[in-house]
Amino acid sequence: MTSLVNGIHADVSPDVWDLRLYVAGQTRKSLLALSNLKRLCEEHLAGKYRIEIVDLLQHPQLAEGDQILAIPTLVRRLPEPIRKIIGDLSNTERVLVGLDIRPR
Amino acid sequence: MDTYEFTKILGTTVESSNVLKKTPTGIKGFDEITVGGLPRGRTTLVCGSAGSGKTLFAMEFLVRGATEQGEPGVFLAFEETAVELAQSVASLGFDLDALIARKLLAIDFVHVERSEILETGDYDLNGLFVRLAYAIDAVGAKRVVIDSLETLFSALGNEGILRSEFRRLFRWLKDRGVTAVITGERGDGTLTRHGIEEYVSDCVILLEQRVHERVATRSLRVVKYRGTEHGTNEYPFLIDAGGISVVPVTSLGLAHHASEERMSTGVPRLDVMLDGKGIYRGSSVLVSGTPGTGKSSLAAHVVHSACRRGERCLYFAFEESQGQFVRNMRSIGIDLQPWIDQGRLLFHATRPTLVGLEMHLANIHRLVESFEPTVVVIDPVTNFSMVASEFEVRAMLMRLVDFLKSREVTTIFTSLTAYGSALEGADVGISSLMDTWLLVQYLEGSGERNRGLYVLKSRGMAHSNQVREFHMGSNGIDLLDVYVGPAGVLTGSARQAQEAREHADTVARQQEIERKQRDLARKRAQVEAQILALRAEFEAEEQEVLAVVEQDKRRELSLSRDREQMGRLRQADPSKQQNGGAG
Repeated sequence: MTSLVNGIHADVSPDVWDLRLYVAGQTRKSLLALSNLKRLCEEHLAGKYRIEIVDLLQHPQLAEGDQILAIPTLVRRLPEPIRKIIGDLSNTERVLVGLDIRPR
Repeated sequence: MDTYEFTKILGTTVESSNVLKKTPTGIKGFDEITVGGLPRGRTTLVCGSAGSGKTLFAMEFLVRGATEQGEPGVFLAFEETAVELAQSVASLGFDLDALIARKLLAIDFVHVERSEILETGDYDLNGLFVRLAYAIDAVGAKRVVIDSLETLFSALGNEGILRSEFRRLFRWLKDRGVTAVITGERGDGTLTRHGIEEYVSDCVILLEQRVHERVATRSLRVVKYRGTEHGTNEYPFLIDAGGISVVPVTSLGLAHHASEERMSTGVPRLDVMLDGKGIYRGSSVLVSGTPGTGKSSLAAHVVHSACRRGERCLYFAFEESQGQFVRNMRSIGIDLQPWIDQGRLLFHATRPTLVGLEMHLANIHRLVESFEPTVVVIDPVTNFSMVASEFEVRAMLMRLVDFLKSREVTTIFTSLTAYGSALEGADVGISSLMDTWLLVQYLEGSGERNRGLYVLKSRGMAHSNQVREFHMGSNGIDLLDVYVGPAGVLTGSARQAQEAREHADTVARQQEIERKQRDLARKRAQVEAQILALRAEFEAEEQEVLAVVEQDKRRELSLSRDREQMGRLRQADPSKQQNGGAG
């Protein structure tokens, strides 16, 4: 899979961040998580990320695939390996470590 | 089965009185001890240590619900995948794939791996709720199993969130109206490792596995069941090819019918001792005695006579094989082989140590249910103490006796008592369960041992209080009178000597009588002879007297004739002359 990020033609590489945020309805925690994620991506992954939001209330069958229990859950689908971060993502430092943007 | 009828009746009374509705689990015996099953629409916690059968209990709850009650179920699995679950219960005859295909079951495997998860900030378990709701809606589930929720404690770190979410989950399950079973691992001194029992207020069931003498026994206990009566005991259960069977201690209670019908023991003299009619049908008989006193032979007599009447008998032997037993009984004139060939006698020989007590009990249950005998022999019952404590054996026997009595099966238990122990004392524990207690005891004396049989008790009849000598010959058992004299009870050769002595006495007395009779006859003869002699003498005398009288008469006559002649010669007598002259 290739994608055009920031005008640079890049193949599947650590430079592409494919993120998926699972929520269940427009809850305060979900909205908070989304805004936290967006802010964080703009700051650290500007132009090389993609966020997909899955509302489990509308697509409950999707919960099983990524083994979702907690809401909100952020799944880093790319780069591999898959990582999951649960919670409202309010602790930016931990999220950065969790996403391997910052070394642990 | 009668017991299930019983449960159904109780179940409906509970429902109609609208106290607390129950959902039958379909697990054999469990619905009886909980008087109907699990609380409907509520959550039940099933806890126990690893390998205690929690998952199986939960799965059987769903499978029985789907197949027997038409209630689809959802299994939320945290520990095993759907494939693993299907494999592990296939041996119990549960075909999960078929149930899933028929939309009667949904299995959702929830995999949580701590190393993959990082927590930051606040979260909830709505994902789990969504998945559960999705699965419930997919099959229209009425039953839900979560196995086991506590896995989340090791997967997720925030205990505060977990606890509040659990509370929400249980409330949510209740609102959905599903009957749920949550499993939990047994903790140190607590029912579950993380104390989730505090969220489950309706029903808590504890499963345990105990090992005694290297034989494992499973047990189940209803720790808590709000708003309903339930058995509080620890009930042994087992897992076999048919799933879980809980064997309730007092499931049948003392409500069984008491038969008036009597049956022969096969030993005529023993029937005489038992009020002349033998034992009651459907009663329990204990035959106790030291080794070699003929307990099994007595049991064989009962079996033999029952088979001859065309009844079916089930013989559980824990010491002898079928072949050995048949051979040995043939030596006392009882041929059981024809009954075995005709299918009237089923012989079940196992070593007691082969399986645990519960398995034995279940085996007996199953065989009795399938073979439907009128007589069951447990020989000997004392061997069970090899695999369990005395208390457990007693509890098991109580259940067994209840079960057999409810089916009006006459049961013969033999009990082996050790030499030197007080015979009556050794079996006191189980004797209270028995209706008739026969004791076969050795009576020592005159350098030999002979068997004596007593009827220690026999409920509901005027039984003999006598000791009888128990004699086994090639024609079976015979009971003989014993001699009770100043020297005590006489048996064997002492009895024979006594018999000979008495016989000699009798002969002597007979002879004496005969002698006296002869004397009398002789005396009579003597007297009669004397009478004859006297009469002869008298007659002789009489003759003589008569002869003399005759002689005298004749003499008188001749004298008078002479006088006349002389008178005539002397010219008549004046008076006579005058008289004669006038004429």
